[in-house]
Amino acid sequence: MTPVLEVRDLRKSFGGIHAVDGASFEVCEGEILGIIGPNGSGKSTLFNCILGQLRPTAGEVRLDGRLVTGMRPCDLNRLGVSRTFQLLQVFPELSVRENLILAGQEHCGTMLSRLIGRRDAGLTPAADRMIEFFRLGHLADQKASGLSYGQQKLLDAAMAFMAGPRLVLLDEPAGGVNLTMLANLRDRLKAINVEQKSTFVVIEHNMEFVMALCQRIVVLAEGRIIAEGEPAAVRRDPKVIEAYLGH
Amino acid sequence: MSDILQLFVAGLATGAIYALAAIGFTLLWQTSQTINFAQGEFVMLPAFFVLAALLYGVPFWLAVLIALALSVLILGVLFKVLLVDPMIRHGVLPLVIATIALALLLKEGVKELYSAEAQAFPPFGAAVNVSFFGATVALQSLVVLGVAIAVVASLQLFLNGTRTGRCMQATAQNPNAARTLGVPVDRMILYTFLINAALVAIASILVTPIYLAKFSNGEWLGLYAFIAAIVGGFNQVRGAIVGGLLLGVVDNFAAAYLSAQYRLAIPLLILIVVILFRPQGLLGRIEERTV
Amino acid sequence: MRRWTTLLNIGTLTLCAVFLIVLPFFLRPYGVYILTLWAVMTVAAIGLNLTLGYAGQVSMAQAAFVGIGAYITALLTTHGWPFWSMYILAGIACFAIGWLLGYPALRVQHHYLAFVTLAFNTLLFLAFRNEEWLTGGNYGVSNIPRPPVLGWTTDPPRSFYFFCLANLGIVSVATWWLLRSPWGRAFVALRENPIRALSLGVDTRRYTLMAFALGAALGGISGVLYAPLVQFVDPVPFSLALSLNLLMMVVVGGSGYFFGPFLGAIVSVLLPEWLRFAEGYYLIGYALLVMVLIVFYPSGLMGLAERIIYRPQKTAAASATTAVPETAP
Repeated sequence: MTPVLEVRDLRKSFGGIHAVDGASFEVCEGEILGIIGPNGSGKSTLFNCILGQLRPTAGEVRLDGRLVTGMRPCDLNRLGVSRTFQLLQVFPELSVRENLILAGQEHCGTMLSRLIGRRDAGLTPAADRMIEFFRLGHLADQKASGLSYGQQKLLDAAMAFMAGPRLVLLDEPAGGVNLTMLANLRDRLKAINVEQKSTFVVIEHNMEFVMALCQRIVVLAEGRIIAEGEPAAVRRDPKVIEAYLGH
Repeated sequence: MSDILQLFVAGLATGAIYALAAIGFTLLWQTSQTINFAQGEFVMLPAFFVLAALLYGVPFWLAVLIALALSVLILGVLFKVLLVDPMIRHGVLPLVIATIALALLLKEGVKELYSAEAQAFPPFGAAVNVSFFGATVALQSLVVLGVAIAVVASLQLFLNGTRTGRCMQATAQNPNAARTLGVPVDRMILYTFLINAALVAIASILVTPIYLAKFSNGEWLGLYAFIAAIVGGFNQVRGAIVGGLLLGVVDNFAAAYLSAQYRLAIPLLILIVVILFRPQGLLGRIEERTV
Repeated sequence: MRRWTTLLNIGTLTLCAVFLIVLPFFLRPYGVYILTLWAVMTVAAIGLNLTLGYAGQVSMAQAAFVGIGAYITALLTTHGWPFWSMYILAGIACFAIGWLLGYPALRVQHHYLAFVTLAFNTLLFLAFRNEEWLTGGNYGVSNIPRPPVLGWTTDPPRSFYFFCLANLGIVSVATWWLLRSPWGRAFVALRENPIRALSLGVDTRRYTLMAFALGAALGGISGVLYAPLVQFVDPVPFSLALSLNLLMMVVVGGSGYFFGPFLGAIVSVLLPEWLRFAEGYYLIGYALLVMVLIVFYPSGLMGLAERIIYRPQKTAAASATTAVPETAP
């Protein structure tokens, strides 16, 4: 079985700084993989390289076996890869439903059909379903700027799932979310992972969140992977403890 | 052969002037993301400061100093404080429009407040020709080249040899990193504006004897500055120098051998070709793709 | 509250429409000419607003596109070509040229389009001026006929004004419809957050290119109307100065606002007339106005209007806008 995502010896340097220094890992279909590591270990840079936001200095990224290194984010998205952002990136002037329609519209039809076709590209039912799933029903017509932080986080996640992606990269989804909302978020993510049969890679600092959500964990320190395995085992790994404490 | 050498030297001279304007332009972009569409008018204006001072009977050398001072004050400090600082937090676009409006203001201001006619401008070398490697070359060209080289050399010395200069380079490469290292970034940015003002003043005094002082000079001067900067490589000061020299030489040859009507077309075509085939410029590096 | 603002909007629009229809009957021929010029320039400004206000690109070539449309119309209608075909020719020509210009420029860095358009406008102006065999050079093309519409002549100033007004109306409706379509949504995404838009599959490069090419086509259409308005076409109007003027028009009106171009064109076309007594100084005044406006109100006149009208609503929403993380990350 080809892994959905395969990262091979990825490197990214900024001048003399090696932000990512040879990282390799695989993710299989349906898996939820967590990436943890102390601050500055290169997690976000790794994400940006996989997603085409940055061009890697060396190494390969493969999606379902296909080489996609350095592809533009929009082309990668069209192949079924989406992401959430650490800093909220919803469109404040659009309503919740409009945000979701935007998230899905580039996957329906062609440029031309989007010009002369329906205003919502036929996506209102799908958007409403997503709104229901993430329990944002009462906010459907509200401007995204009027939502609370936690609600915007949910919307951000919903947008990533709108087009039924194969692979979703979540960048610190738990950041700044309160405990009740956290449980809700984790529950919804697990549910949609099963429903859409998609694969997740999650960067997170919140240990509890990661342990509860992810089936397997990879630990990044100074741009390199220093440990890999089940959450409980990784937690006890002396190398990992040293990486965190040694900082 | 001697004709070609003459054209070449003259071209280097004007090219050096374009380089001065292009260096300032590039520095402003590097340190503060300012695209100054009024750069051409900045090069047009100081000459009129000199002419105005001369009208009051001030000796030439003093008029030049006055123009330099006024330039640094108005095109450096006031420009930064009144226009750039309030605008920069709204992004690059509003600032671009503001500098376009500023260019119009300076151009029309000179036209109305001084004259719409082209004015003669005193050169500071005698109008004699010198024998240079067997060719007859205008002394003026050599003087211009000499001054420009001296200015660029001292600028490079300043940027590389002094602490302030190195701080400025750090600011140009990465303002945020420089800030965390304790570099007074805002002051460095101010210095960039002052340096630009000085450079354009010098360029103005060097170029105006050749082309006469006219309010509309800014249009093509600005164009040459932009083209020199981009062709050379927008993120490099060395690029601005190379771009300017190249442009000066090409332009001079085009003027001599090609139709006068399409003289301006050559630099424009070079710009389009460079953007098509080598967008990072001759000396530039491919920038990180951010989007 | 919402219904009240919609009513206000519709009311204002109707009032303006009535005003525009009734006004020419109170003006002398020169006044009607100025009004028509406003309508024609607004079409060009609407195009530039697409490029600048929605796709966030500085284009300094809009005057060149107006010139292309004007020259195509001038040269062909004086040789008997039907007027309606000018729309198609100019529109397609300008769209294609816009695409050709934008494609390489946008592949690289987003601010390069400004320089490429700067070069293009200047080059084209030179060509207009020097290629006498084609354009008549400085002698221009004269006696450009005004088109008959459904059997009626548009020779009289007022008739031609209504013709241009109708054109403006059609262009406005088409643009409004474009902006409400998924393309419009993509444009908003492109403008507000291009990184996020990319990650959602929005091909920002292609949409930007589209906005630029469409803006260019509208410039061409403006030119198609300009030629029969002035009935004499020479290179002078299509220099960089007009491109910069159009840019300022869009910004003064309010870049990215639907009615921004209308307001901006009013300022740009009428100000010279009002300041006529000041002669050369009106440009200085215009430049100062733009600078002051953009320093204090970077969103232009429409932004200012929005602030005044929607201020009570804005403060209520503002407290919810700054969503602060509920726990420390």
